[in-house]
Amino acid sequence: MLVIIDYGMGNLRSVYKAFKRIGAEVEISSSPETIAAADKLILPGVGYFKTGMQNLNERGLVQLLNQRVLIDKVPILGICLGMQLFTSHSEEGDAEGLNWIHAQTLKFDFSGTQNSLLKVPHIGWNSIAWNKPHFLLENINQNEHFYFVHSYYVKAKEQENVLCSTDYGITFHSALTKENITGVQFHPEKSHHMGMSLLKNFIEKS
Amino acid sequence: MLAKRIIPCLDIKNGRTVKGVRFENLQDAGNSVELAKWYANEGADELVFLDITATNENRGTLLKLVKEVADEVYIPFTVGGGIRSVEDVAEILYAGADKISVNSAAFNRPKLITEVATRFGSQCVVLAVDAKQINGEWMVYLNGGTLPTQKKLFDWCKEAVEMGVGEILFTSMDNDGTKNGFANNALCWLSENLNVPIIASGGAGSMLHFLQAFTVGKADATLAASVFHYKEIEIKGLKKFLSQHKIEVRI
Repeated sequence: MLVIIDYGMGNLRSVYKAFKRIGAEVEISSSPETIAAADKLILPGVGYFKTGMQNLNERGLVQLLNQRVLIDKVPILGICLGMQLFTSHSEEGDAEGLNWIHAQTLKFDFSGTQNSLLKVPHIGWNSIAWNKPHFLLENINQNEHFYFVHSYYVKAKEQENVLCSTDYGITFHSALTKENITGVQFHPEKSHHMGMSLLKNFIEKS
Repeated sequence: MLAKRIIPCLDIKNGRTVKGVRFENLQDAGNSVELAKWYANEGADELVFLDITATNENRGTLLKLVKEVADEVYIPFTVGGGIRSVEDVAEILYAGADKISVNSAAFNRPKLITEVATRFGSQCVVLAVDAKQINGEWMVYLNGGTLPTQKKLFDWCKEAVEMGVGEILFTSMDNDGTKNGFANNALCWLSENLNVPIIASGGAGSMLHFLQAFTVGKADATLAASVFHYKEIEIKGLKKFLSQHKIEVRI
């Protein structure tokens, strides 16, 4: 069973429906028992980083997720804020993350640069360049467009954890990978056919 | 690079699309969900649903539609028409819309913008504004373009951005329905002076008009209804044309 983790950060309905559409057996849950029994996990979410971590803590999920992801090696896909929470630290609320991947979550700040006219949040369809073959990207072409909505971005320390990069004023890391852990900054559930392909790859190949 | 967006607009009355025509593989053009799916497959980057009846009695029908679209269409969409309070916004966003658009209600009570932006973020607040030129000055009109105001387009847009609007959907009443092209001068001013994306609306008649809205008008997105609904322009062909003219689009 695929479990979408509900920790009070945004509407999870579109993520749920997208997995349903591709025929996945999926459940939305905040229950530790359900998460403990999951074969695969999704950490979605939109909103404030610090609140996201607080919500995971309040629901007693941090330790459980560490166990499931770092020790049991259950495949997990983070989406948007979900992926950002995998990093060590975020400038959003100056908060510590799950620290699964050596990476920082930073704010887009173009003031005083030649890109000062660039708009934040970064909203819309932008292209991803993948740095290496990966099961998540099977049947997905280089420079394919995905739908983004975010004001903070992720920068990984180790190049081996960078799965995709995207340009918006700067080059940021739009997907991360480390063993059983994968995360995407964009919203596959809003990225039409390409998004469905990516979710399908996660279900079938992780 | 961030792609320029093509957005079909669907007018909704009692949960059904009006003004639609019958496409191949589409039995019922009035079925909003089917039409939305069809547009998503044609390459639309986003959809805008405008509830043109927008009465309280129709609220339930609209919310049901929003849920169905969210369940079955996997691209972002905006819902507008008759939104007057944060509660109205909450209902529509919880039903699965990505953004809402406000027009007259925000003009009459600008604080609405801040209330929504604070609770749900600026990224989901679109200001829809209708304007036309009076003695060379762009003036704001309300209530679907029927009620003139004393407010200049640029002043209102600037104010709305300061209040927390995340995007502006500007319809030129002078251009709307003419099929002579978008109001590129006004668009360009808005794009260069406001730090939010600008969606151009009103006047699309040919593929060249879309190109000009991006090159001359510097718009981030273009919205049209009839040229898409009556299939005078097909989105796939339009995107190919734009791409040949070096506009970044999602193909």
